[in-house]
Order: sequence, then structure tokens, then C-alpha cells
Amino acid sequence: MNPALHSALVAGPAADRWKNVRADFPILHQDVHGKPLVYLDNAATAHKPRAVIDALVRFYERDNSNVHRGLHALSMRATDAYEGARARVARFINAADPSEIIFTRGTTESVNLVARSVAATLRPGDVILCTEMEHHSNLVPWQQAARASGATLEFVPVLGTDAEGGLDLAALDALLTPHVKVFAFTHISNTLGCINPVAELCRRARAVGALSVIDAAQSIGHGPLDVRALGADYVAFSGHKMCGPTGIGVLYGRRALLDKLAPDETGGGMVVTVDYAGAKWKPAPERFEAGTPNVADAVALGAACDYLDALGRPEIARHDEALAALAYEKLSALPGIRLLGPRAGGARRGLVSFAFADVHAHDIVTFADEDGVALRGGHHCNQPLMRKLGLTSTTRASFYVYNTEQEIDVLVASLRRILKFFGSA
Amino acid sequence: MSADLSELYQQVILDHNKRPRNRGKLPTANRVAHGDNPTCGDQCNVYLRLDGDRIAEISFDGSGCAISQASASLMTTQVKGRTGPEVESLYRQFHHIVTSGETPDEISDLAAFAGVHTFPARIKCATLGWHATLNALKGDAADATTEKHTD
Ligand SMILES: Cc1ncc(COP(=O)(O)O)c(C=O)c1O
Repeated sequence: MNPALHSALVAGPAADRWKNVRADFPILHQDVHGKPLVYLDNAATAHKPRAVIDALVRFYERDNSNVHRGLHALSMRATDAYEGARARVARFINAADPSEIIFTRGTTESVNLVARSVAATLRPGDVILCTEMEHHSNLVPWQQAARASGATLEFVPVLGTDAEGGLDLAALDALLTPHVKVFAFTHISNTLGCINPVAELCRRARAVGALSVIDAAQSIGHGPLDVRALGADYVAFSGHKMCGPTGIGVLYGRRALLDKLAPDETGGGMVVTVDYAGAKWKPAPERFEAGTPNVADAVALGAACDYLDALGRPEIARHDEALAALAYEKLSALPGIRLLGPRAGGARRGLVSFAFADVHAHDIVTFADEDGVALRGGHHCNQPLMRKLGLTSTTRASFYVYNTEQEIDVLVASLRRILKFFGSA
Repeated sequence: MSADLSELYQQVILDHNKRPRNRGKLPTANRVAHGDNPTCGDQCNVYLRLDGDRIAEISFDGSGCAISQASASLMTTQVKGRTGPEVESLYRQFHHIVTSGETPDEISDLAAFAGVHTFPARIKCATLGWHATLNALKGDAADATTEKHTD
């Protein structure tokens, strides 16, 4: 694929896997409007390699059954596959134990689960600390938690007219008081592409006795993530952004915390004993997984973990950083462009978002689509940050393991045509 | 450029996008309405001075894609001097044009928006300014939105 890039990035056994990476993704091999598909909307969702699609099909063809309560062969196989996936995800993020992995529908449900459960422990006077760059999914649930508990919601500011300065870490001293009970922040911003210093943020939270909650939606599939090295209390992510299926995600929680946390949803599968008066909860993770879980997608998520580990997660991080840096550099040359997030050389991974004064993101996306280039235009579920930056929308190009340097050239050429059409270049 | 795209971005549309008519606030307005398209973040404010039941003056401002801005601009030129029921009937024509691609028999600049129908995601862009105007005519304080939403 990117011979120059990859000889620099990868040596040894992973080199062959990288050479064939595009062949692993059936969806890439199609034309859109008569042009080869250039898929640059990976921050929204990533494509699935054959191995993940096969895992899904294999489960439904061979093992499909309900889990846990069954004693027949298929049910036992399905249970083993489901619990095996849990253990696989635990290894993927270096959790201490599989019981720290709660399967959810995705990042949004994971944050809602922890926010609702933690809200029950908050009181007026307590503070929930967020950042100004949070996706709505790591913002609105905390607004609701503040509303429900009487706690106050505060924000770590974002620095710079183009948010190029990232989080204002100097402001943390004043913000992180002992009143802060929860500090929720994103690992990689889905709008800015900046990599936040999450280990430091977890450490600072711990120092004042606050829980740390990491939104890892944009980082989980794009590099190593070690929850114990980070010292994180809760980590939320989605399967579909890391080569896994839609409809499955994870909430990681430290065991000691989960054992004290009240369940959010109740029903079958999460109880030990029930009588007409009440019920006793199972321990985590079952306590948080009421009802029949999404078994097949969990199993396929396990296959996605295998796939990404085989490519090498440090290599994926380097690849996605190299493409983002190259895109930033090439886009910088376009007349009138305003690029958000870290400047050249800054800590950026996986995506670039940008705006032009006279050409709107939706016109750009419609035009680029005609060239086979899939982009995203809009507020990226980041309305407050957009407003702060004086924007209503940006265009975002986001990269993954199968994207190439040549595709960035296609993007830039397409943008040049668009600017010319609208008379801006 | 594909035929569909050049249909979408007609000269009339590009012209209204580059040189919007009746853009800005209207100091004499006695009706104001705000429209927003939450999926794109497009915004449009419409300012009316109603004289009896007729639109004596109209202006708009806001931000959005070429389609939404050009449509709002063209809309202001079409509804000026008309009554509420006339504007509603014009909107029905316009809505038919952008959803079906069929153009009316009589010559009208609104026909420039026929190309929108091949881009269903953009229909909301084209109707945003119209929704705001209809709300302003009704004196509806609620924001016009292209999505049904509750808070
Ligand atoms: C940073 C971030 N957080 C949360 C989410 C929400 O993820 P999901 O829609 O899979 O729940 C996304 C994805 O859109 C995201 O980019």
C-alpha cells in the first residue's frame, strides 16, 4: 500500500500484513460515482476486515444460542464465545480481569451507564469536570447527571483561536478542587484530532479523589491503550470505530468501583435471586448487562481485537499519525483554509478538520462525493466547541489503516476543484 | 463535473450564494423568525415588515451551505409583496420542485432548485429559509427547524 511510509514504519512479520491490508477490507473495492472509493470518514465509523465479517457469519451459522442459562451444546459454545470475547477485550486494553469489561451498545451507552450510576452518589456542592472539546456523548449525559444530582458541571478550557493549544492544563490547578468527584475527558478529539495527555489527567483526577472517565471512542482503534498504565477508573469505547460491528461497545470500570456501583438497567441475567418483594444483584459485569446481550457482535469485536493486534497497535498509531501530519501539511497549502487543532508537528492522530470562509462544508462534501471521496461535514456532535471557535461546521477527513498517501492527493485535488468552482481559488 | 452536480449548482444558485439579495437585519421588522437545521448546523433568521397581511419588506441572515443561502436569498425576492396564503402556495410549488425535480409551466427562478431532488439530504437546506418565513408570517415564536425535536 504505502511502500515508502511502511518501510519506515513496519519491519518484520507485520510488514506483510500491512502490504495486504487493503485486500482485507471487501468494501473498499468499489467505485462511487464512477470513481474508486476514497473513504475518509473513519472517525464516524471504520470498515470491517474479512476476518470480522467471517466471525459474525460463523457465529450465526454454527454457535448461535442464548448465553449463560443454557445447558445444551450450542448454548455452552455461545457462552464460551461471549465470555471469550470479554477476556479478549480485557487483554486488548490490559484490564486486570475480564469482569471489568461491560458490554454495551457503544460509547454513548457506556457514558450514560456510568453517568447515571455515578449521579446517584453525587450531591449539591459536588463538581463534575468535563472539557470544552467533548463529543455530545461525553457531555450531555454529564449535564443530565448534574441536573439529577444538583452537582455543578465545569469545563477545562480549550486554548487558541483554532483550538491549536489543546486543553488548558494550567487551568487544571484551579479547576481540580476536592469538590470534583468526576473528571470526564476524551482521549483523542473527534473534531480537533489532538491527543490529550490522558495519563496525566487520570493522575491529576486521582490526586483530588475524583473518578476519571475516558472517552476512548477515537483512540481505541488507533493505537495502544493500557487502562492500568493510564490509571483510568472508567473507559468508554465503541466497536464500530475499531473494525468491529455496530451495536457493540465497552465500558471498562475498575473492579473495586464496579462492585460498589448500583445497576442502571434491571431485569433478567443480572440477578442472583428474585422474589415478589425484590432482587439481589449479581456482581459485575453481569450486574450491568440486563437482558440477552449482543452476543454475536461481542464475538466479532473479539475478532477485531485480534486483527488490530496482528497489524501492531504502535504501528497503527504511527501510520495514522503520519497520514494526519501529511494531510495537515498538504491541506495547509490550500488558499483560505482554516485548520483546527494542533499545528504541524503537534500531537495529532487520525484526522484533520478544516473550514473555508466562503465554501460551506456541505457543499464540499457533496462535491467530494462526486470524486469518490467520502468526507464528513457538520458540527461533528461538538456544537459548543464549534460555537466557541466561531464556526457552524467543518469538513473532516479521517484516516485508518487502509488509507494511503495517494488518497490524500486525491482529496487535495478534489478540494482544489471545488474551490475553483466556487471562485475561491 | 457530473450532470447531477451541475444541475444542483445552477448559475442562479451560485449567483445568489455569492451575491445574496436582502441580506442583513431589517431595522423596521415587526416579525422575526429563526430557522435551524440541526443536522448541518445551518441557521437562517428571517425579518419581515408586514403591512396589513402583505410582506412589505423582508431580509435574512445566517450561515449555511450554498443551497440554503441561495434558497433563502431567492425566497426573499419571491415573497416580497405577497400575503401569507400566497406565500404558502408558493412554498408548496417550491417544495414540489425540490422533491420531484419537476418544474412548473410558468417561468420561475424557483425552477433552478429542481436539481436538489437527486440529493435528498439537501432538500432540508433548500427549504430552511422558507420554513422560517412561514413561521414569521404565522407569528410563531417557536424556532423553525427541519427536524422534529423536543427538549
Ligand atoms: C469522541 C467520541 N465520543 C463518542 C462518540 C459516540 O460514539 P457512538 O456513537 O458509537 O456511541 C464518538 C463517535 O461519534 C466520538 O467520536
